[in-house]
Amino acid sequence: MSDRHVVPIGPYHPLQEEPEFFKLIVEGETVVDLEINLGYNHRGHEFISPELTYDQIPFLVERICGICSNSHPLACVLALEDICGVKPAPRGAYVRTIIHELERIHSHLLWVGLAGHFIGYNTVWMWAWRYREHILEVFEMITGNRNHYAANKVGGARRDILPEQIPQILAALGVAEKKTLLLTKAVLDDPVIRARLERVGVLTREQAVAYSVVGPTARASGVDIDVRRDDPHDAYADLKWNVPVLPEGDVFAKAKVRLLETLESISIIRQCLGRMPEGPIQVRVEEIPAGEGIGRTEAPRGEVFHYLRSDGSNRPLRHKIRAPSYMNIASNVVAVRGGSIADAALTLAAVDPCYCCTERLAAFEDGKLKLTGRDLLRLSWAKTERLRERMP
Amino acid sequence: MKDPRIWGLKKSPWVYHLAAASCNNCDIEVLELLTPRYDVERFGIVLVGSPRHADALLVTGVINRKSLPRVLEVYEQTPKPCLVIGVGTCTCNNHIFLNSYNAVGPYDKYLPVNAYVPGCPPKPEAMILGVVKALSKL
Amino acid sequence: MRDAEAGLKSLIPEAEVFEHNPKRLHISIPRERLTEAAKYLHRERGMRLATCTGIDTRAGLEVLYHFSEDKTGTMYTLRVLAPKDDPRLESQASWFPATDWIEREMHELLGIDFPGHPNLVPLLTSDTDWDREKYPLRRDYERRNEAHER
Repeated sequence: MSDRHVVPIGPYHPLQEEPEFFKLIVEGETVVDLEINLGYNHRGHEFISPELTYDQIPFLVERICGICSNSHPLACVLALEDICGVKPAPRGAYVRTIIHELERIHSHLLWVGLAGHFIGYNTVWMWAWRYREHILEVFEMITGNRNHYAANKVGGARRDILPEQIPQILAALGVAEKKTLLLTKAVLDDPVIRARLERVGVLTREQAVAYSVVGPTARASGVDIDVRRDDPHDAYADLKWNVPVLPEGDVFAKAKVRLLETLESISIIRQCLGRMPEGPIQVRVEEIPAGEGIGRTEAPRGEVFHYLRSDGSNRPLRHKIRAPSYMNIASNVVAVRGGSIADAALTLAAVDPCYCCTERLAAFEDGKLKLTGRDLLRLSWAKTERLRERMP
Repeated sequence: MKDPRIWGLKKSPWVYHLAAASCNNCDIEVLELLTPRYDVERFGIVLVGSPRHADALLVTGVINRKSLPRVLEVYEQTPKPCLVIGVGTCTCNNHIFLNSYNAVGPYDKYLPVNAYVPGCPPKPEAMILGVVKALSKL
Repeated sequence: MRDAEAGLKSLIPEAEVFEHNPKRLHISIPRERLTEAAKYLHRERGMRLATCTGIDTRAGLEVLYHFSEDKTGTMYTLRVLAPKDDPRLESQASWFPATDWIEREMHELLGIDFPGHPNLVPLLTSDTDWDREKYPLRRDYERRNEAHER
């Protein structure tokens, strides 16, 4: 006990842009415990929601998070459709599915880029983000904005995808596929990356179940869950795709799962474009009756869960929002134990945390920085260099 | 002769990015400025890791109770003269979080802001324009 | 009847089940039976906890425990009620880490106590700038334009 030191990570997590505060309790070079201090992003969405009408709420929840911007309004709209017992218009369902999968691609490429930056492969960062731009341009073309698309509405989609837009979408998918295959091969074949990521930050299957983690974090620990397949909504019941599940539970497995998922998303979008039904994109829903609804969808980070209770008026009685990172970040406590400080920050980032999703608020914590974010980044790069030198 | 610190600031502004209770969208777009498509390093704009090295603060978010002390501390640490550029509608008027029990912004309640770049999120081109306009007023 | 539903009803005969649709079940149980029910659904039935929702209602402080049966995509929501003059529910955090944070959140935002929780400290709100006697998600929380009044 006497040799324990506290190494704070934060407020600038080297891998993420959002502030949070992690206190690593270390003995020498080994992490023995982790304290997580949130609250820096908390803005009070659940408090604001009952003041708004059902038409306004999707715009509010969109701004819970900038990266999984579509998942929250989609889950919210699904909860309202659950209360009403309404299914979206078939064409609208396909539009929603396409936008949802495009978001998964851009979000995973974003994570791969940041992960590359963190272990010292800045080229990976620049490449992944450069090719992500094609997806953002597609979003701007079909929805009007690079992020915060306002695509979902109770009963369907707000904007249609026009035939003349499809060639650009297919071209962007082609680029994304080529580059993802390139990145996947680069990651799987590079011995230094493997040494850096394998057996790091392991979350066992039992731990994953005890913490009820979701998304790639769960699937990389052998938990075979995917809301799109288990509780299908929109077009998913008509589509075929593989759900990658790996048993190792380390950072390498999480990276592989995300890269493989990106390829599956590309396939899903191509299937949708090939079989989009004609017709209106919305069914008209006049009123939300009294009742309760649960809407959930598979965001890039895992299950986004919205619960709504209505009383027959046009504002909710209660709106509960649970983002995937809320479950996943909590599991970091067990995932970092036993690892080294150089690996800790990578482990924390491997769940692809979205702090704004987690708290819907932001906070900074300022502590005596024994090792700043910059220091940890350099520690990580130094470890990569050492591994590289050891390779034949 | 004009203040040499201002001259130095204008030529190659080093920027510190401060996010306080934001949804992260503006923050990611700020990072995008470094990527090959926008590549602001060709203008000499560099993102630094500490406010003590910064000429300009790019701030985002509505600030909440827990993050306010940190915001004030960062501003104290930034050597003056410095520019403060508010990126995103949250920094202009609290946006949709106006009635939240926890949002205490916007930034200009606590520190002088030189430029506001509205948008949710503002496009990277708009952010570059905001920085350039703020610099040209010096 | 579904296996899980039958199992729960035989464990807790007072449970009232409402089926909103085939994938959304709501089950009201007395708050004393909460731990048994949660352990049954998670350990025996392998269900994952999605989250918990706390609601301030006229009848009292209602807490919903949303369990997901992933192999069928069905949500089983347990509903318990704590009276306002005794807002207390047994904590599940010591055996079920997934409930740790959400109990802390419900404690600070709704004022529900969870005796048995290993670390019932605030999760989200400020340590220095917050009135611990006020609960924003309760209906009697004074809604003002706080930002302007600061």
